[in-house]
Amino acid sequence: MTKSRSVIVVGGGHNGLVCATYLARAGYSVDLIEARDTVGGAASSYSFAEGYRTPGLAHVIYGLNQKICRDLNIDLSTMIADVDTIALDLDGDHITLQRDQVLGAHLSSQDHSAFKAFKGEFRAYAKALEPLMMNTPPRLKDMDRGDKFTLAKLGWSLRFGLGAESMREFLRVGGINIYDVLNELFDSPALKGALSADAVLGQHMGPRTPNTVLTFLHRLWGEHQNQLSLSATSLIADKLEAAARSVGVRIKTRAPVKRILVENERTCGVELASGERLSGDIVVSNADAKTTFLDLVGAEHLDAMFCHRVNSVRQNGSVAKLHFALSERPNFKGITDSQKGARLLIAPDMRYVEHAFNHAKYGEFSEHPVLEMTIPSLVDSSLAPKGHHVLSVNASFAPYKLKAGWKASREAFVERVVETISNYANNFSDSIVATELLTPEDIEQRFSIKGGHWHQGEMGIDQLFMMRPVHGAAQYETPLNGLFLCGASAHPGGGITGVPGHNAAQRIIRGVAK
Amino acid sequence: MNIRDQDLSTSIDHREVLQPSPFQARVDEHGLVQNWMSWNGYKTARVYDTLASEYFAVRSTCSVMDLTPMEKYRISGPQAKAFLNRLVTRDISNLKPGRVTYVIWCNDEGKVLDDGTLFHLREGDYRLCAQHHQLDWLLLSSLGFDVSIEHETHEVAALAVQGPTAFAVLTHAGIADLNVVKPFDNVARTLGDIDVMVSRTGFTGDLGYECWVDPKDALALWDAIFALKQQGLFDIRPIGLGALDMVRIEAGFIMPGDDFNTAETAVRADRDRSPYELGLGWLVNFDKPYFTGKQALIAERARPAKRQLLKLIVEGNKPPQDAFLYDSKNGSRIGTITSCVWSPILKTNVTLADVTFTDGEPPSEIWAEIYYQKELEWRATWAKCRISEKAFWIHPRSSATPPNNL
Repeated sequence: MTKSRSVIVVGGGHNGLVCATYLARAGYSVDLIEARDTVGGAASSYSFAEGYRTPGLAHVIYGLNQKICRDLNIDLSTMIADVDTIALDLDGDHITLQRDQVLGAHLSSQDHSAFKAFKGEFRAYAKALEPLMMNTPPRLKDMDRGDKFTLAKLGWSLRFGLGAESMREFLRVGGINIYDVLNELFDSPALKGALSADAVLGQHMGPRTPNTVLTFLHRLWGEHQNQLSLSATSLIADKLEAAARSVGVRIKTRAPVKRILVENERTCGVELASGERLSGDIVVSNADAKTTFLDLVGAEHLDAMFCHRVNSVRQNGSVAKLHFALSERPNFKGITDSQKGARLLIAPDMRYVEHAFNHAKYGEFSEHPVLEMTIPSLVDSSLAPKGHHVLSVNASFAPYKLKAGWKASREAFVERVVETISNYANNFSDSIVATELLTPEDIEQRFSIKGGHWHQGEMGIDQLFMMRPVHGAAQYETPLNGLFLCGASAHPGGGITGVPGHNAAQRIIRGVAK
Repeated sequence: MNIRDQDLSTSIDHREVLQPSPFQARVDEHGLVQNWMSWNGYKTARVYDTLASEYFAVRSTCSVMDLTPMEKYRISGPQAKAFLNRLVTRDISNLKPGRVTYVIWCNDEGKVLDDGTLFHLREGDYRLCAQHHQLDWLLLSSLGFDVSIEHETHEVAALAVQGPTAFAVLTHAGIADLNVVKPFDNVARTLGDIDVMVSRTGFTGDLGYECWVDPKDALALWDAIFALKQQGLFDIRPIGLGALDMVRIEAGFIMPGDDFNTAETAVRADRDRSPYELGLGWLVNFDKPYFTGKQALIAERARPAKRQLLKLIVEGNKPPQDAFLYDSKNGSRIGTITSCVWSPILKTNVTLADVTFTDGEPPSEIWAEIYYQKELEWRATWAKCRISEKAFWIHPRSSATPPNNL
């Protein structure tokens, strides 16, 4: 009977939780094993200094899938809110980017109308790709009926969902860079800077890097789903954990997995660092492909070229996370109380962003980093002592492989970030009580992601869809019988969406029922 | 100005683009017909004198061949054995130091990349000899293994001494205790004051040895052997790749690149070949730890065979070079001949042929359509083919120890 089959989920990130929950609901006996103290991975809140908490590595959450939340009985209604993006200006002449409009004192009328049209058009592209997102990516070789159906749906959606003209435009811009597209459409350097920063955020890419339109579309696809208010970001890990426990998922924390056990060309369980062995018919890995195949399974159980492909996945992170504990609220020039729940961007123009990336190309951190910031304590006072605040910052670019080594560069990098922020908030540097810097190396260690890449691998066109993470493991099953991937290194990739976990669970349930 | 006075060191001399072997001084001396070719970038003789005399040296007396161009890799380190066992289809975990084995290795799809011989030199220290350059694949395969891989083709000089009198020649030349050396043994010996590693291996189907020395000792080894010829004791001849090709077909040995496309060079789908398709299924062992291509080969084994490289004896004396094969006279085409030779010792055409199977079975009849010329006039004829399960020619002395007992 399929019902009695036992599953071990390695890693309790949000995708692992989602996958475990679906499998338990379908009647599997599910154990979820997590190395850290808490589940939720990048979405889980933790204390970074005495009295100060961060909502998590991911401080802005968008794209948490609505279908998944409905299925898991997670009520999002009170958590959803559009989060404005404010592109900071040195003189306080900020631009506010909202879902369908852009506000700013000195924007041209062309920019206003272009923004609306641009968002509409690009959202349509993102929507057209949807059939691909919620399904197992089709194999292009030896297709089965499901593969053909997914491709047919995608073709239909592109051709008839978009219409001939939009499809032609989509095919034109789909593979090119955001720099050219934004220059075609907009006047304001600040507006272009902010949009280009969003296109490359989390990637090892600059605005002029090919396929940054695609990464931007991935972001919009998430935004199109929903956005969580800043106050809700720290809640989501708990909700997912509760959902998992409610259907009988057994969760074991502080239990790093040492290896995935293999017998007769199939997996039969896991061995923990403690030496304890757990047996299971199916192992689902929430870890990235490199960790899963090269560390946990081991090359000796896999084909050589497959290992080579896995080893060649580009997944070195380029973003550092900083948490500042502050004795007072940073007074960003021109930011009003009504803009409390916004995300703040420092990316004054596209050249600035491209120059910041130039450093990363050559193994240096950016002289003038691109910053994405939130002040979560403004919307959730429990995160800091009364009157105090937390500033959460994603700083680009801080490449995983730094020429000078991170050990020798931590202070200098923090200094660059503090100096950059101080240009916009003059009380900032004096109010710092404590600082936490998570370089990609730290993220690698802390969250067990090889290379410390948020998305467990660059979201480049060569590492997406039926090639994510690599050909031969892109349909959630892997060359090792009984082993599946359910994390961001599987299709459709990173972000706090839950979709890889959902798709992997569907694949397992369908495949085993066959 | 005499050309020898010019300084050519800074320019590329088109006559010298091929790498000289450590034996080159003697090779050039014996290469009377100047028939050279490139073997892995080395200047190698196709024929030294006449093909017939070289062929009969292998089959009737003693042949000497410069093996240096064969690709050689030194594989060592704590996980050398595990690495090699993951690389090749055979279980080599029981290969003892001092022993050699024939191996093939496949890509992920279970298609053969190359074949070669694996020498276990000392505990955890191996030499892999390959037909083609394999460094990329070896390095790529080494991910996850604590192993060191070095290309040592240029650092080891090798001479194959093959033929009915090979044992006597090497013994008379001064290499002691060869009588205890069994097939696929590999032993350390001396010849005068040079160290020689002697393996009882070869590509001829007859008694033979391969001698491995430091390149600086290469000429001394050659001279010690050929001194016996000058003394009138033995007929010893250097042979080129032409004669080797004749004897290896007689012995039923396949040549990667001639009898099948190696997986890395095959461009079109279905042009690469699995071990089963090459008749080398006996080299595949599923009762060993995982090796590259295992899953694919397990799956292939479960399906009926689509084709196989067969040993065919072609009737008549017309040369079946590149002939198409049919399931009856004027019937359907079922394959081609990949290698063939008129065997002077067997007095028949022996060939290797790529043949399509039906429902996993070989065709019940095979006919070759042969085109041949008579005084510039082209003619066509049909010749019946017989499948040979065994090698066409293997002499019992090749496996007897000591070999002079026969």
